Amino acid sequence: MTDMSDMGETESAQKVRTEAAAWLERRQRPEWSADDQAALDAWLAAAPTNMVSYLRVEAAWTRANRLGALRQPMRDAAALPPRRNFGRFLSMAAAAVGAAAVIGGVAATYFLMPQQKSYATQVGGHEILALKDGSQIELNTSTVVRVSQNKTERKVWLEKGEAYFRIKHDPAHPFVVMVGGHRVTDLGTTFLVRRDKDRVKVALIEGLAQFDGGNGNEQHATLKPGDVVVASAQKMSLKKETTTDMAEGLGWRHGLLIFKYTTLADAAAEFNRYNDRKLVIADPAVGRMKIVGTFATNNVAAFADVAEDILHLKVTHSEDQIVIAR
Amino acid sequence: MRDDLDFRGHGLAVSASDVNAWFVREVLPLEAALMHFLRLSRRNKGDAEDLCQDVYIRVYEAAQKEIPHPVKPFVFAVARNLLINRAKRDQIVSIDSMADLDELGIAMDEPTPDRSVMARQELHRLEAALEQLPPRCRQVVVLSRIEGLTRSEIATRMGIAESTVSAHLTDGMYALADHLYGAPSKPGSDT
Repeated sequence: MTDMSDMGETESAQKVRTEAAAWLERRQRPEWSADDQAALDAWLAAAPTNMVSYLRVEAAWTRANRLGALRQPMRDAAALPPRRNFGRFLSMAAAAVGAAAVIGGVAATYFLMPQQKSYATQVGGHEILALKDGSQIELNTSTVVRVSQNKTERKVWLEKGEAYFRIKHDPAHPFVVMVGGHRVTDLGTTFLVRRDKDRVKVALIEGLAQFDGGNGNEQHATLKPGDVVVASAQKMSLKKETTTDMAEGLGWRHGLLIFKYTTLADAAAEFNRYNDRKLVIADPAVGRMKIVGTFATNNVAAFADVAEDILHLKVTHSEDQIVIAR
Repeated sequence: MRDDLDFRGHGLAVSASDVNAWFVREVLPLEAALMHFLRLSRRNKGDAEDLCQDVYIRVYEAAQKEIPHPVKPFVFAVARNLLINRAKRDQIVSIDSMADLDELGIAMDEPTPDRSVMARQELHRLEAALEQLPPRCRQVVVLSRIEGLTRSEIATRMGIAESTVSAHLTDGMYALADHLYGAPSKPGSDT
């Protein structure tokens, strides 16, 4: 029978847990090598106290992956230091100033000649077009808009992607968004428009807007806050979303993807909008698993970590894709 | 062998990586209750953390042979054994001084909450854990976990040495583990 009263010889928990945390910290560094891994493996194998301490700190750190989810996007933007792509943000601000000059123009040219100009973002891009009338169009990843104005209306075509419109209402110059043949007319509004091929989604956040279906689907609706229209080539539906749901759908404005019981397949599709390195779900059953969490739009690796560490899925990294399987 | 434990025959044979996954999934969530039990039993002698670690070592070693099931009674039986041995060795405390599991409200038949159900509470718990970190340490953790910055990027951003970033990260990892696993959860809460 083993004598179990040998606790006095056990290394103090504090000491070994500190060592475990130090190992984990080193392991996160980019320069972590095969030799380092071998040293860690040896340390883990040396005593169960090392192993349990490491498992504990690693599990806690992995759980902290989901920390992002608890931060409200709005508060997030205020509380956190500038994002990594702040430099890019500055350059877009500069571009936006240029755009404002072109779009708004001075009063004289405004009425004389119609102006049309296209703006596009790359995969992972995010830009804000500031119009001279005080309106703003915020472009999400991989988005193309064409902006035109003449003396009677301001008009934007969303060719693809997603944009958040914050429009200064002006009854003399209605603001119209054309998307996939459908028309959204601002009546003093903040709204979101997204287009994935034939599927169009319009979500009204503040104010009022008129939605007029196109492509032989001549349905009309006056949208109030919380209203969401989803229109495809065949059909159109109108539903209500809560403020929270709306806010989560706007996470991208703060560089965040917010998932709430989202299937892995949908989550992967969302990530793939923002990144060249694509997530591939290799198994339909895996694609149906649901997750809760918030991730930086550009942090596919964190998502893969969660799939591996929490959902215990098999994750294979390669140059241009990350495959998730059972 | 632990002569007063009879959990054999109910477990499942498993691989080493399964033991690790099981330990993280089933044992670590018991830490708050375990620490509470150990602190009371030892009359706050300040060695609860070491005892908890010893419980973990024994539970982990046992699981390498066979995964104990159900896990909660097993973990607390190991803890009770350790306390008895400690009491014998110290020759001071009588076994009666051990905290009563029932009085502590540590229910043995309580199923481990479903992980998907826990998702929301988990976020609150994480938030609380994060709030408890010292400000600089918290900032480093946020930059690392939420922003996904590397050690050198954090050092540049905060204007501190990389070694300082490492020290904050190590401290943060240690503290987060304590807050996430060891922090007492409110009795009767549904976490």
